[in-house]
Amino acid sequence: MSQAPTTPDTPGGEHHGSPTSKATPQGSDVTERKEPRKLTRKEQRAVDAKTRLTSPWASAVALVLAILWSVPTFGLFVSSFRPENAIKTEGWWTFFSNPEVTLENYDTVLFGPSTDFASAFLNTVVITLPAVFIPISLALLAAYAFAWIDFKGRGFLFVAVFSLQVVPIQIALIPLLTQYVRFGIDGSLWTLWLSHSIFALPLAIFLLHNFMMDIPRSLIEAARVDGAGHVKIFFQVLLPLLVPAIASFSIFQFLWVWNDLLVALVFASTDIRPLTLEISDLAGSRGAEWHLLSAGAFIAMVVPLLVFLGLQRFFVRGLLAGGVKG
Amino acid sequence: MDFLVETTSAGQKIVVMLIAIALFLLVMAVVLWAADKPRVPKWLTVVGFVGPAVLLITAGLIYPAVLTIITSFENTSGDLVGFDNYATIFTTPNFRTVLRNTALWVVLVPLIATGFGLMYATLVDRAFGEKFSKTLVFLPMAISMVGASIIWKFVYEFRPDQPGVEQIGLLNQLVVLIGFEPQQWLLDPPINNLFLIAVMVWIQAGFAMTILSAAIKSIPDEIIEAAKMDGVQGFSMFRYVTLPSVRPSVVVVVTTIAMATLKVFDIVRTMTGGQFNTSIVANEFYSQSFIFGRPDIGAALAVLLFILVVPIILYNIRQMRLSEEQR
Repeated sequence: MSQAPTTPDTPGGEHHGSPTSKATPQGSDVTERKEPRKLTRKEQRAVDAKTRLTSPWASAVALVLAILWSVPTFGLFVSSFRPENAIKTEGWWTFFSNPEVTLENYDTVLFGPSTDFASAFLNTVVITLPAVFIPISLALLAAYAFAWIDFKGRGFLFVAVFSLQVVPIQIALIPLLTQYVRFGIDGSLWTLWLSHSIFALPLAIFLLHNFMMDIPRSLIEAARVDGAGHVKIFFQVLLPLLVPAIASFSIFQFLWVWNDLLVALVFASTDIRPLTLEISDLAGSRGAEWHLLSAGAFIAMVVPLLVFLGLQRFFVRGLLAGGVKG
Repeated sequence: MDFLVETTSAGQKIVVMLIAIALFLLVMAVVLWAADKPRVPKWLTVVGFVGPAVLLITAGLIYPAVLTIITSFENTSGDLVGFDNYATIFTTPNFRTVLRNTALWVVLVPLIATGFGLMYATLVDRAFGEKFSKTLVFLPMAISMVGASIIWKFVYEFRPDQPGVEQIGLLNQLVVLIGFEPQQWLLDPPINNLFLIAVMVWIQAGFAMTILSAAIKSIPDEIIEAAKMDGVQGFSMFRYVTLPSVRPSVVVVVTTIAMATLKVFDIVRTMTGGQFNTSIVANEFYSQSFIFGRPDIGAALAVLLFILVVPIILYNIRQMRLSEEQR
């Protein structure tokens, strides 16, 4: 990630130590140092973390609790690899005394005669990607205007957009459906993209605006003085600094849309049913077919799990920045 | 051009997706290109930047919301009937059960999830394997609520207590091990609600833990040092130092979870379909509007959701401001 040209310590994403110490050292920061250098709080904490762990009892209890917490998930996971008969007659814990591994459940659920999770998987991907991309691009534009272009009614408009986060999506669903029907796009992918984008915009604009406000005004002013217009400022100054924020929100939105049930239930036609819809219906219509349900559930969960585990840092950062969707 | 709307094959879906992304890239490009042109007046630039978002929000959120509010005052034929739908919700026994269940959810989930999250965050702070433990506890937030529902439906699974029949659900197996009869946990009201609530708590506790862990870590070291020098430790430390310091964050967490709980629909739908008196407002909204053909009642329920959420979010915002000032 490329940093802005001047300051070395403009995080643009580190939420904790936020705006207080945005020092802009003139010239080099290496030569003038008193000794011994006083450690910043973060560094001190790092030192402490290595030396001052809490009691081993606390650690042990915490670990045990964490493992117990994950037992239900583990149970279903193990089951997804067991033969159908075994799942339905014996508890999954007997797996360890009598291991029988099979990929048959996954095969049946993905390509099998009565379920088509392979299509559902594609549907989920096709629904999710634009539903992440569209709100972010629109929100970036809007947040930029709210933050850096002074126009009449800016304050009022921003508060209006911001307060729309309050609105539960249920309140908009049926009229939206009616409108989609009127425009002839009902049941298509466009309804899902539009709906998800609409619902994500208030929060997205608010979040991105917050992050933009964290960027020192001096950077923008300097660029303006150099003759840069909106576009140049946007791409050369803001975007590089906003990458963590955009990453955080993207992951957030990605998980939200991938895991969504209600919007898909209301708008999607049978051709484009995503995984959540398929698995929810499977639980309702064939609730005892645990060999299918377990494999199906994990097909639906594997991507969010990987995204979450791999990009946890950004996700947590987004949460802490106030990106909490109801 | 039919394929743009009716996508059936994989190839069609991918193509349309790429078209959608390309379209919005185009919109962005046009806006940015025109923004710096010398003779473009400022108001036009502003419209270009803010316009698309505001247009979508107005057409997709504000206008529908107004329509729904109006629908809540009509009957299915479209005539205005005043507060009839609301009266139905508050007086009919079935709906009152829905309201009661919702109240149960909104009170229990935030309290228990936050309580556990706070306890765990304190416990795991600077413990060995902290990151690993926290990841495990937070994991349920990443899987969908539908996924979590399946996981727990499996835990609650019931097999009758007959010779030769073993339990396959974890809970019943534990129950049988200590000598009791296996139960159909999701069948009998009102206890079945608690088993559904447990799933939401399992999901949200990780969220509470994450936020509160950050809050705990941002307590200034000086305060903790001073307390330690005064001989405070253990539970007293928690009660007199940690807890007051993280109070604003606790309130934010409780209110956020409360809002999430009000809107939750997936768990009830996947696990019981709303049967056995487990339905809640968000679930009932869907049932009434799309299954029972009563969009008027559905609209009233949606408006009710809205009314319930607003004070919570106002309180939430106030507390967020407070906690920011503290930092």
